[in-house]
Amino acid sequence: MASDTSKRSSYFLISPMALIFAVFLVIPLLTIVVVSFWDYDEYRILPDFILENYKYLLGSSVTWSIYLNTLKYAVLTWVFTLLIGFTVAYFLAFHVRSLTWQIVLFMLCTIPFWTSNIIRMISWIPFLGRNGLLNSALINLGIVDQPLEFLLFSDFAVVLADVHLYTLFMVVPIFNSMMRIDRSLIEAARDAGASGFETLKSVIVPLSKPGIAIGSIFVITVVMGDFITVRLMSGGQSASVGLQISNEIGLLQYPAAAASAVVLLITVLLIVTALLRLVDIRKEL
Amino acid sequence: MTIEKKISKKTIETETGVSRRGFVKGAAVVTGAAIGSGAITGFPTIWAQNIKDVTLRQFGTGVSNINAVADKVKEDLGFTLQMTALDSDAVAQRAVTQPNSFDIADIEYWICKKVFPAGTMQPMDTTKLKNYQYISKLFIDGKLTPDSEIAQGTAPHTVGFVEGADSVEFASAPTQWMTLIPTIYNADTLGIRPDLIDREITSWADLLDPAFKGKASILNIPSIGIMDAAMVCEAMGEVTYGDKGNMTQEEIDKTIAVMIDAKKAGQFRAFWKSFDESVNLMASGEVVIQSMWSPAVAAVRSKGIACKYQPLKEGYRAWGGGIGLAKHLSGLELEAAYEYIDWYLSGWVGAYLNRQGYYSAAPETAKKFMSEDEWGFWMEGKAAEGDILSPDGKVMEKAGAVRDGGSYEERMGSVACWNSVMDENKHMVRKWNEFIAA
Repeated sequence: MASDTSKRSSYFLISPMALIFAVFLVIPLLTIVVVSFWDYDEYRILPDFILENYKYLLGSSVTWSIYLNTLKYAVLTWVFTLLIGFTVAYFLAFHVRSLTWQIVLFMLCTIPFWTSNIIRMISWIPFLGRNGLLNSALINLGIVDQPLEFLLFSDFAVVLADVHLYTLFMVVPIFNSMMRIDRSLIEAARDAGASGFETLKSVIVPLSKPGIAIGSIFVITVVMGDFITVRLMSGGQSASVGLQISNEIGLLQYPAAAASAVVLLITVLLIVTALLRLVDIRKEL
Repeated sequence: MTIEKKISKKTIETETGVSRRGFVKGAAVVTGAAIGSGAITGFPTIWAQNIKDVTLRQFGTGVSNINAVADKVKEDLGFTLQMTALDSDAVAQRAVTQPNSFDIADIEYWICKKVFPAGTMQPMDTTKLKNYQYISKLFIDGKLTPDSEIAQGTAPHTVGFVEGADSVEFASAPTQWMTLIPTIYNADTLGIRPDLIDREITSWADLLDPAFKGKASILNIPSIGIMDAAMVCEAMGEVTYGDKGNMTQEEIDKTIAVMIDAKKAGQFRAFWKSFDESVNLMASGEVVIQSMWSPAVAAVRSKGIACKYQPLKEGYRAWGGGIGLAKHLSGLELEAAYEYIDWYLSGWVGAYLNRQGYYSAAPETAKKFMSEDEWGFWMEGKAAEGDILSPDGKVMEKAGAVRDGGSYEERMGSVACWNSVMDENKHMVRKWNEFIAA
């Protein structure tokens, strides 16, 4: 009897969460899946069951080149945010000794995030432009005699903005993991004769893995779904999956957009699953 | 400003008096006694009181959703006009799927071609519009002057009339039933930075001239971008079109192939989607030649940067919009809507639009609300004698300036193609996306 009551009460206790998930996650997701099989014309979506949306999406060379492009941005952004994020976290965790300074420097990292990320992105444009600050400076210093065109409206600009925007997502979880590392392990490594690099490789990196995995998931999912950075920084010249979805919505092609969204969701889930295979976040937390 | 206001009020009062009185007959049933008392102001009180409670909901694209117009309606006509600005795709969808969510639709003619047959709007009886006679011939039979040629694309007069009050069939000749009363239109061309280009620009083909490699831009709105692309391809002699406004799949494929080659060769610096993006690209010098809209050229110039709205020998790509009535309108609201539409044509709005660099559908009435110098500059292509001010009083052009492209007749008389929607729209959008992703 007692177990029955506790069973019931635990069902009761999880019901608010379950309800929220159902209303705000499961139902919208199912709607998207359902609509992705519908038909559409210029101004209406027509309930139906057709595979045309997926057929076109998966059969078109445009889709493949867009996915390739999006993955390129995701991988490049991931590599750079990981390198920078890890370095910053390492510095904060192991080189800054006082807790006060750790907090102060950590806050310093977050300050840029108090402004809207659109503003942070747009502010690159006058800086990198043909007649922008950087090009004027380089020309005045005599380093180049022609403005560097690749700085703006290019893949370089997109990755730069992404790295700038999302490095903090890497810093925070890695820093968190590093702070949990027992300092005596590092001392032990040193006592056993390990060099600084060996300690990093055999002790710190393995123990920071959960943080690295969480940061990677954040960065990759955000970049895979991004459309506004790609649009603004590439000057509309490059496409990403998110941008494709946004265009389709703009043209009222909701079923096509839904199909794209479902394919993107599956792709991202596969990536996340692969990451979770490498690191058991649950065990490490 | 105050003088002009006074004049406008006076004109409105005298000009619209007749039709109002006609309406009053109907309203008089409710409270007959009050009619005489309103005579002092020229506005019958009964009418003014009833009409005050009317709210008309207008929705449309940003260009003509001007708050100053709503304010002026309140002042001149007494009722409230609520405006909602949406992008053109959303406008089209809403007009079809939510017919009760609006009273007045402010849509472009190419949207009308798709929307009106859906039966959610009602045509207007032109005999109830006193200012109908002043509407430019361009919207009646497609000919600005008797010998002008009718342009390709969705020319407004082709979707301007239907056969009868309940018809959704577009009429081939003007009838008593008009789908949209034209409000705002213009002729678009390429914008250039004359200070950064050292030769004459004369053709749409110049957009893809390798001399401007990495310094050109085109707008990334598929239905409009494809037209600009077609003007370019035709001018280059790369593609010949039966009708640029309604291309075949093959014509679309060829056009996009030319554009993809140009993109791969690095011709374009960027693509723009919004008005301010086009202004920034031009003002910062990232781009020296691109598709552009007239007010964007004005915005670049107002920063003190040289920018020219270059007339080209192949002609302009034109667009136009108008206001139409929702099907559900009846009674007092319908009368108010007719009042509003007649007022729209009576000149004040026309002058306002002319001063923004657009054109009024009834130029003659707009003339009364503009100074001679303004009229000369905007409409006749004459050099400005004094500074030319925008509707909100900013200096747009200094004395001595001449409008790019010249007079109304020169500009609207050389339209090569109107914005349109193609039968192969879905195919076109897919090909356009290939171009963007290439």
